[in-house]
Amino acid sequence: MFKNILPNKILLLTNKFFNNLIILFIIIASIGLIYSLVISPPDYIQGDSVRIMYVHVPSSFIALGCFLFIGIASIINLVFKNKLMPILAKSLAPIGCVFSLISIVTGSFWGKPTWGIWWVWDARLTSMVILFMFYIAYIFTWRFVNNFEKANKASSIIGIVGLFNLPVIRYSVDWWNTLHQPSSITFTSAPTIHYTMLIPLMIMFFGMVLYTLIVFLMRYKTEIIKIKLAKKKKYK
Amino acid sequence: MLTKKVKTRIIFLILTLLTGLALIMIILKSLEKNVVYFLSPSEIYNKENIFFDKKIRVGGLVKKNSFMKNGEEVNFIITDLKNEIIVSYTGLVPNLFSEEKGVVAEGKLKDKKYFVADKILAKHDENYMPPEVKEALEKSNN
Repeated sequence: MFKNILPNKILLLTNKFFNNLIILFIIIASIGLIYSLVISPPDYIQGDSVRIMYVHVPSSFIALGCFLFIGIASIINLVFKNKLMPILAKSLAPIGCVFSLISIVTGSFWGKPTWGIWWVWDARLTSMVILFMFYIAYIFTWRFVNNFEKANKASSIIGIVGLFNLPVIRYSVDWWNTLHQPSSITFTSAPTIHYTMLIPLMIMFFGMVLYTLIVFLMRYKTEIIKIKLAKKKKYK
Repeated sequence: MLTKKVKTRIIFLILTLLTGLALIMIILKSLEKNVVYFLSPSEIYNKENIFFDKKIRVGGLVKKNSFMKNGEEVNFIITDLKNEIIVSYTGLVPNLFSEEKGVVAEGKLKDKKYFVADKILAKHDENYMPPEVKEALEKSNN
């Protein structure tokens, strides 16, 4: 099953670059945090609570991005019976799950001083909760279904079904009236965030993507080692 | 390159995805009333069967110079630049509530032009900028 070299290759590559990656992450995260929390200006209407955005927006992006990856990996997994995909997706799921939770919690902290309420069930917030539940379902399937093939199939189906939720999250603010504001950064028009705020947001985003990559590689390594151990036991 | 098995799986998957997509569109379409968080004044104006005894939400911009405070009682006009609704509310408004900014009011309609709110939420827009930039923008506009 693991005669193909790819998983091991990634493992080796990981070891080489891992330390450099951590150093890069620490540098970028420190710059991002100082820039967003100290140097960047307060907003003309939200004041200092705008700083929540520097964590909230990257978290949401990563939460969506991770699930997009899981969904696509699930499709490849089901169609081509690729052995690498489920390990990648399985390693990525808890990270996306945590980031979707961070997005929900920080959004709630922002909502109280801005909207005047912690939580509303509008389309954006509700679809984000659904994303979180898809993550939970995906992770629990791996955790509690003991048979690998069964868990693999079930989790892939969850991943594919959850894929439908992503465009709903992204475009909920355009399709329906929501309390959540429309996207400030879109593919089609110039961002409506002033550059003094856009730059720290980008740095924070880059830093958090690096963090995601680091944790992902760590988890991936653990998964590979687990599988190797299980295989060893089997043939003893 | 693709074996017959893989081909069948791809076709099966595409069919499932399409059915799923259609299903979700139908579900969302039928749930639209619940998915929409608030109605604009124009939507209320054009709506035929409106419940006056049911709680609804109205959203739009607070009209310029319409905000009036009388003790605890607050009156203002929500506009979507086509139609308007007068809102009356007793209590504190959120800090970010201000004229020409977004607002969502929860409460009951008295008639199509008059709304009694029991909750006011400030709606933020997608614009982020420092105060100096806002001032500069206003100066250049005037």
